[in-house]
Amino acid sequence: MTGRAVPSWLAKSVLVAFLLLAPTVHLLAVEPNERLADPALEARAVAIGTTLRCLVCQNESIEDSNAGLAHDIRVLLRQLLLTGDSDTQARQAIVARYGEFVLLKPPLLPATYILWFGPGALLVLGFIAVLFWLRSRRVSTSIDAPLDAQEQNRLDALLHEADR
Amino acid sequence: MRRALYLLPLLLFLVLGGFFARSLRPDYDPHVLPSAMIDREAPQFDLAGLKDEGLARDALKGGPVLINFFASWCVPCRVEHPLLMALANREHVPLYGIDYKDQPEDAAKLLAQFGDPYRRVGLDRDGRVGLDFGVYGVPETYVLDSDGHIRKRFVGPLTAEQVDKELLPLLKALRKS
Repeated sequence: MTGRAVPSWLAKSVLVAFLLLAPTVHLLAVEPNERLADPALEARAVAIGTTLRCLVCQNESIEDSNAGLAHDIRVLLRQLLLTGDSDTQARQAIVARYGEFVLLKPPLLPATYILWFGPGALLVLGFIAVLFWLRSRRVSTSIDAPLDAQEQNRLDALLHEADR
Repeated sequence: MRRALYLLPLLLFLVLGGFFARSLRPDYDPHVLPSAMIDREAPQFDLAGLKDEGLARDALKGGPVLINFFASWCVPCRVEHPLLMALANREHVPLYGIDYKDQPEDAAKLLAQFGDPYRRVGLDRDGRVGLDFGVYGVPETYVLDSDGHIRKRFVGPLTAEQVDKELLPLLKALRKS
């Protein structure tokens, strides 16, 4: 083609450049001054923070959210880790303040049994229903007993009628 | 037995319908979260005061009290402000304020302009006490019993209905016990 303004090698390299940059587009909302100096500790903080719900924007983690409250919880989380809390202890300290709802992945509790087991239970129920249905279908099509004399007479009469 | 199976869809419909009907009620707000702090001891705090005295948790024991988180920058707080004034002046409810992430001058100006319903106001400038209480937005109002345990939390501006149907009966019950 002659009307093409952009050579294909250029278009391709631009595309490749975009694809290479794509992973960096998803930036966390963590501000530089919140970060811990120790990269290992900061990595732990991010790992915990991405499992915690921001209660203002409810479907974002605190690491993703720009809300003031998310900032406060991020800072609190990092303070807890700095004072030597384990991951579980730090997470628990925040759950104690905000409840289980703060965890993006709901824990296995009596209150969440329906959530965890409901789909599986529905699937099992479905299988049972299909099983029943298949069985009832087989029963209705099979011949359990031969016709008695009266039924045979009636069948013959009907067949005879159809022949005429 | 087989007949009963045919009732299953109807049953499912009723369960789902009930669930949806609940969500459609005008007073249902999915953003209101139950507090994790209910029946637990209120977190420890000792704040500098807006007026002369500071506000510390241990000074509040000895009777049911209300703690109201507010801020001068918070619009819904102004909505509930007249109600708080009425609670303090007419019902003589011991109401304490925590000024959340605010400049003291701004809070002082607010109280000078609209009236001051609080016995004392603590300054929570960095929001740390709010964080310990599990506050996720102002205004929030907490009812503490005489042992300093949190008995109830109201999220968002208090309404006259909440005051009449929930807050005042609760305070009355707490005073008796």
